[in-house]
Amino acid sequence: MTTTATTTATDTATDTATTTATDTATASEEETTPDERPIGFGRLLRKEDPRLIRGMGQFVDDVSLPGMLHLAILRSPVAHARIVSIDKSAAEAHPNVVAVITGEDLAAQGLAWMPTLSNDVQAVLATDKVRFQHQEVAFVVATDRYSARDALELIEVDYDWIDPVVDVRSALDQDSPVIRDDLENKADNHIFDWETGDEAATNEVFERADVVVSEEIVYPRVHPAPMGTCGCGANVERVSGQVTLWCTTQAPHAHRTVYALVAGLPEHKIRVIAPDIGGGFGNKVPIYPGYVCAIVASLVIGKPVKWMEDRTENLVSTGFARDYVMKADIAATKDGRILAIRTNVLADHGAFNGVAAPVKYPAGFFGVFTGSYDLEAAHAKMTAVYTNKAPGGVAYACSFRITEAVYLVERIVDCLAYELDMDPAELRLKNFIKPEQFPYETKTGWVYDSGNYEPAMRKAMDMAGYAELRREQVERRARGELMGIGVAFFTEAVGAGPRKDMDILGLGMADGCELRVHPTGKAIVRLSVKTQGQGHETTFAQIVSEEIGIPPEDIEVIHGDTDNTPFGLGTYGSRSTPVSGAAAAMVTRKVRDKAQIIASGMLEVSVADLEWTKGAFSVKGDPSKSVTIQEIAMKAHGAGDLPDGIEGGLEAQICYNPENLTYPFGAYICVVDVDPGTAVVKVRRFIAVDDCGTQINPMIVEGQVHGGLADGVGMALMEIIGFDEDGNCTSSSLMDYLIPTALETPDWETGHTVTPSPHHPIGAKGIGESATVGSPPAIVNAIVDALKPFGVRHADMPLTPSRVWETMQGNHTPPI
Amino acid sequence: MQVPAPIEYERATSVAHAIALRSQKGDEARFIAGGHSLLPMMKLRLANPKYLIDINDLEELFYIRENGSEVCIGAMSRHRDLLDSDLLAKHFPIFLDAERVIADPTVRNRGTLGGSLCQADPAEDLSAVCTALDASCVITSSEGQRVVPMHDFHVGPYETAVQDNEMLTEVRIPLRPGGGSAYQKVERRAGDWAVVSAGAAVWIDSGIIVDGRVGLAAVGSNTPSIEPAAEALKGATPSEDLFQRVGEIAANNCSPETDGRGTAAYKTHLVQELTRRALRTAVARSQGQEV
Repeated sequence: MTTTATTTATDTATDTATTTATDTATASEEETTPDERPIGFGRLLRKEDPRLIRGMGQFVDDVSLPGMLHLAILRSPVAHARIVSIDKSAAEAHPNVVAVITGEDLAAQGLAWMPTLSNDVQAVLATDKVRFQHQEVAFVVATDRYSARDALELIEVDYDWIDPVVDVRSALDQDSPVIRDDLENKADNHIFDWETGDEAATNEVFERADVVVSEEIVYPRVHPAPMGTCGCGANVERVSGQVTLWCTTQAPHAHRTVYALVAGLPEHKIRVIAPDIGGGFGNKVPIYPGYVCAIVASLVIGKPVKWMEDRTENLVSTGFARDYVMKADIAATKDGRILAIRTNVLADHGAFNGVAAPVKYPAGFFGVFTGSYDLEAAHAKMTAVYTNKAPGGVAYACSFRITEAVYLVERIVDCLAYELDMDPAELRLKNFIKPEQFPYETKTGWVYDSGNYEPAMRKAMDMAGYAELRREQVERRARGELMGIGVAFFTEAVGAGPRKDMDILGLGMADGCELRVHPTGKAIVRLSVKTQGQGHETTFAQIVSEEIGIPPEDIEVIHGDTDNTPFGLGTYGSRSTPVSGAAAAMVTRKVRDKAQIIASGMLEVSVADLEWTKGAFSVKGDPSKSVTIQEIAMKAHGAGDLPDGIEGGLEAQICYNPENLTYPFGAYICVVDVDPGTAVVKVRRFIAVDDCGTQINPMIVEGQVHGGLADGVGMALMEIIGFDEDGNCTSSSLMDYLIPTALETPDWETGHTVTPSPHHPIGAKGIGESATVGSPPAIVNAIVDALKPFGVRHADMPLTPSRVWETMQGNHTPPI
Repeated sequence: MQVPAPIEYERATSVAHAIALRSQKGDEARFIAGGHSLLPMMKLRLANPKYLIDINDLEELFYIRENGSEVCIGAMSRHRDLLDSDLLAKHFPIFLDAERVIADPTVRNRGTLGGSLCQADPAEDLSAVCTALDASCVITSSEGQRVVPMHDFHVGPYETAVQDNEMLTEVRIPLRPGGGSAYQKVERRAGDWAVVSAGAAVWIDSGIIVDGRVGLAAVGSNTPSIEPAAEALKGATPSEDLFQRVGEIAANNCSPETDGRGTAAYKTHLVQELTRRALRTAVARSQGQEV
């Protein structure tokens, strides 16, 4: 471990941000430790942690206002049924109940339906039919949470059963019941068809290829399961008309605007506050019926109303992720040159199309399914359908469907390696996009900004001791032991996005940022993005610090309050650093430019004669003549004249529109042992080499990677939101929906390379979802590799002991 | 937050007080010990008792002691106590094996032996442990005590021999020479209920298995003690062939169902595999080997 890991030049992006800037540093070589408190980038303990670990966080459920009432939601016990009647009289008679509201009541106000983030509509409360088990049917408002819950059991609903559509593969059958008969002229369960790439060219390549390998690859439905469930406190002040919503949202500004557009509430009267929200993983992007119910209840009753869902409600009704059935074909030469990939995807979107994706991207960024390889052709087709399941689709650190895309390509490449009897690492190395090809336009039209894949792959192989592992595997196999080595290499596309291409419900995906430096040289930076635990209060302070030399502890990060932050689209799809991180750097440079002019007045030299060292301007050639940023800040606010044309104060605001997405990448290697007798999988080692460009706080980067890797273990080994044949959700508690513990996860071995983004002001790319995207294929590939003696080429997640054993018996079945 | 339906709650101050309360309230009352099974069910409103009688103050039920030819364990002994007990570790290492894989430390700090047996969940590990060890249960009422062997204690899933006016107060395990025991569990994740568990205990004299038992969990509506397995072990000489054969007997004498934890075929396979492994370890331990 000898090389250096830091790339701290503030203008990396404007000069040397090409692939030649890559080094091959590892994570354990940082120049600073948390104790050294870097000014700017470096390892730094998180500013938010003392609050959180002492139990002093302020979560939505901690918000308590005088007279606050509590709301509980009655949910459908069945997946598909017509509502015949609802009798709420007994519930209304409960002594602590203030109101009982049904879909019919909301319909009278025109509020029974709301738009989703995909221009579909979703029932706030069901009026005509229920379309998934646990759909919202009515709500009770009571003086306490217990009474509200008790009164739900007093509501009598008469349902007329309709056969549910549970199997996604039969959703488009002629005789399949039509779920969305609320939509005009809707005679089937079809949502959209989408395609990308060149079908004819791809088919032509397949026809002449030496080798074609096909596999059906399923990415089952999983759930973000954040530790904090969703909820809100709504307070509508009748006199002023002010609506204040404390809400578990990852996107406070987007929510505010949607409420304004949907409910006709004046936007300047809506304030959305997202305090500590207890994790998100995409689960807290959508607007849920419960939020609307709470606002309506407060509006109608005239008192503040709180709604907090319980664990079961969170698992069964809020935004899930994945649920793709992917038929994949790969074409190659017999010596292992990959020529083309094509896929046909069946996407289960549940009962309402609730995905949060840019309008032009109904399949999210699935188009990056071509992966990290230089192909001749590629083509994807997708059909999305309604089923009688909870709505959602984009959640769980999915990077807008990149999780599915990466899983597809990394699994099918391994299938090819199996057929060619080639080492999967060698096969990947042979087909990587070369460093000199960047920026690289894929066959589906994505322009990868920068990349240098081979060093990352080689580094992971070195850390793993890859050749030695393969030797060990041969020995173990000879003894009848089942050891597997899985390789995955991913390229992500994060940081949505350029406003020319990307919007959510018409809202451009550019982010504002505001910075004020106070007279004493302390600063406050205001952001539109919203942390769910990623460490924004530290990372963004460090970005500002790096640019202006004020220590991070002197910079307050304000976020999660629409009245106190500039507009922007929020935190998901690893976009905070790529978009708002850039905004923070740019706004700080703007302030620094002004500081330079003030400094020129203070030092009585021209601006051009000043040079910047972190924290101070000095006269070129005479470093003794200098002024610190703190001195400049006092001057900016103090007495005496400023240079001509310069206003007092030291602050700025900007809105950053990204030029392109950023494309982080990584090489993951997983080693597993499978017990031949019990089929229990033990993840022995996991090596993760990530390249997210410039690292702001390597400790936080590692933390993000660790969390994502644990996610990956969960999805690969145990997580699935399942349904029985009647559409009942069989994963409605954490006893049934398993999340991995420390005992299932190995000590992560992380490393990194640094290939800055050429278009990002500090060269940074997103890291929040890399490990979630990259780890499931590495683990599955390892397990499949372990089962090679059984002739296994593919097995679907979750690879529970039972599913592994059945696969060993030749009885593999898809999970859905 | 999941909230239970309204309940009335009283803390018992003695076993006699607890039994009196229970007799008075009848089948609408439940004892609450560690609460790690009952409270989640109440929060999910799957269990809706009207009265809870809290027995956590009954210090008279917290003990693990040797008493002549038995080890007696008070019903309120926590999982943690069982895990930490030198006495159990010495005589019945199966407890150590099982307790290490029951739930997590937080649950083990509260959950109790009596609560586990009385919950009578077919996937409950300690029921399999007690079955393998040929334990018996002391059931107390205002009339006195009766002793019920493990195979009569569970009368169905979530049902025990304990009546509305009674309380499980003690578990007794016979102490016999030449004993060895072990527990094997496959779970999807630490802290999960067993996919399948198998416990085994043997008593060996002069190289011959004098007595041996197998206890299984999560393979049917009840926790079976496999009598044909005990018959096959009795008088046999330990060998891999024997372990294999008893494993097959166990697999042929249970009725697992396909569910989220696994297919019936897999569970049946596991019974065979885990029984074999547990027997192998139990025999090794009876011969003084550290395994």
